[in-house]
Amino acid sequence: MSEHALPTQTTPHIDALALEREIAQLIVKGLNLPLQPEDIDPEAALYGEGLGLDSIDILEIALIVSKQYGIQLRADNQENARIFTSLRNFAQYVAEQRIK
Amino acid sequence: MSALPLIAHDQPTAVVAYRHGRPISAAQFLHDVHALAWRLPAGAHVLNFCADRYWFAVGLAASLVSGKCSILPSTHTPEVIRHLRAFAPDVFCLSDDPQCPIELPQLLCTQPAVALNGSARAPVRFQVPQIDAGQLAAYVFTSGSSGTPVPHAKTWGRLVQCVRAEMTRLAPIDPAQCAILGTVPAQHMYGFESTVLLPLQSGAALCAERPFFPADIAAALRALPRARVLISTPVHLRALLTAEQALPELQLIVSATAMLPANLAREVESRYGATLLEIYGSTETGQMASRRTALEDQWWLWPGVQLTLSDGQCSVHGGHVEQPITVADVLEPTDAEHFVLHGRTADLVNIAGKRSSLAYLNHQLNAIPGVVDGAFFVRDDSHASLAGVTRLAALVVAPRLDPAHIIKALRARIDAVFLPRPLLMVEQLPRNATGKLPHHTLVALTAQAAMQQPHLFA
Repeated sequence: MSEHALPTQTTPHIDALALEREIAQLIVKGLNLPLQPEDIDPEAALYGEGLGLDSIDILEIALIVSKQYGIQLRADNQENARIFTSLRNFAQYVAEQRIK
Repeated sequence: MSALPLIAHDQPTAVVAYRHGRPISAAQFLHDVHALAWRLPAGAHVLNFCADRYWFAVGLAASLVSGKCSILPSTHTPEVIRHLRAFAPDVFCLSDDPQCPIELPQLLCTQPAVALNGSARAPVRFQVPQIDAGQLAAYVFTSGSSGTPVPHAKTWGRLVQCVRAEMTRLAPIDPAQCAILGTVPAQHMYGFESTVLLPLQSGAALCAERPFFPADIAAALRALPRARVLISTPVHLRALLTAEQALPELQLIVSATAMLPANLAREVESRYGATLLEIYGSTETGQMASRRTALEDQWWLWPGVQLTLSDGQCSVHGGHVEQPITVADVLEPTDAEHFVLHGRTADLVNIAGKRSSLAYLNHQLNAIPGVVDGAFFVRDDSHASLAGVTRLAALVVAPRLDPAHIIKALRARIDAVFLPRPLLMVEQLPRNATGKLPHHTLVALTAQAAMQQPHLFA
């Protein structure tokens, strides 16, 4: 990603990584997943193959981010396909939408 | 044999369904039904996989008027589809998804009916088809213990009788004035009865969408221009409360699929200002009793349904239940019309409304090449998540396999909700002299494994 080269992007990028780690921790704890937060590949799909989450997990994640960040997930959101493609995209969505 | 109408809507303009708040008339529904019936292939068995509830209802009705039987498994893993092909070799899949993953001959029900569209057809007289009460309408399936799904035949007459009994329990609301929104799939027995057959047989409107997140449920309800009934489950109701989701005015909330704790029922009633009716049923019997969980402990049987207790086993007969059926739960009759539910028999598992048995899951686990021995077990509720769901755990002896491989193999065989969390690799299972695995020894072994593999218990 070319923006890595821009010094002005450095601070938000570190914040983004921290948020990514925080969300990974919330997901692993909230879903009782048999792995450590750092085991989640930030580029791998959350749903189905990849991390292997099912629809109940996605509902749990909706509750977790509603509690933690005040975000209401919607199934008919056009962005959804992108949001759940990876932890990284999901964290970016949370960063954009969070109200707490 | 008597005949029963396909729908209770007796005017062409009566609303059969809403999609995104827009009405679909009875005349349009019957048009879609006949157009689809005309396109159905020769096979007598239809796997109705439509996710859109309106298209599911059209597919069901088109199958009924063509004398075909709907096949409704609760899960669609490759393993289950393989068994269905053996059960009904002529089965084809009716879907509303052009990318439908089911490995069966496909018919896309949303395709425009070429032969009918475009031609200047004279308006057809509005006439509701009558379906023979004895006609085989559907096969629903339980998981069985031998690895083969067990079919249960449902005739049109018994299905209608069951939901007509349900209608009497919804009083004082008038279903014909309501729109019924479901958070459960139409293919699940409870969803089939309460979100499809109930609206069709009561003159209510069904809702095409199946909202998922709490905010979706609220938006779908808000879009409905008339009195609202919410057909849901303990998981979704708990999610609504946890998310502190505001909802528009509701006439009635219905819950089934798993026991609803009385305190949750009271919380739902006070938060949303609506009566909450809990329904008891099973795939084998269909819905058969109800209770106002916030106020009462006892279940009230559907008219004519009777319980018989012998040798500690409870069987159900009468009413819409054709043959006596042994129920898998522990029921205690308190008088001719009521019973108390004492819980499920040990072998049954129910995760967020999906039902299976430990025997079935163990069979699938042990059928994986390389698995020497393995057992699932139910964890206690202290492991429940925010939505109140507790997952299963499994202990596996498989010296040459890694856990990821086993999970992948299980995924092709069992519904994802039953995948073990965690799956623990052990050297051997603590079987007793009779080969059984007492639950407490599994828990103890899990605790021991947790000490050795703490990262699995984050």
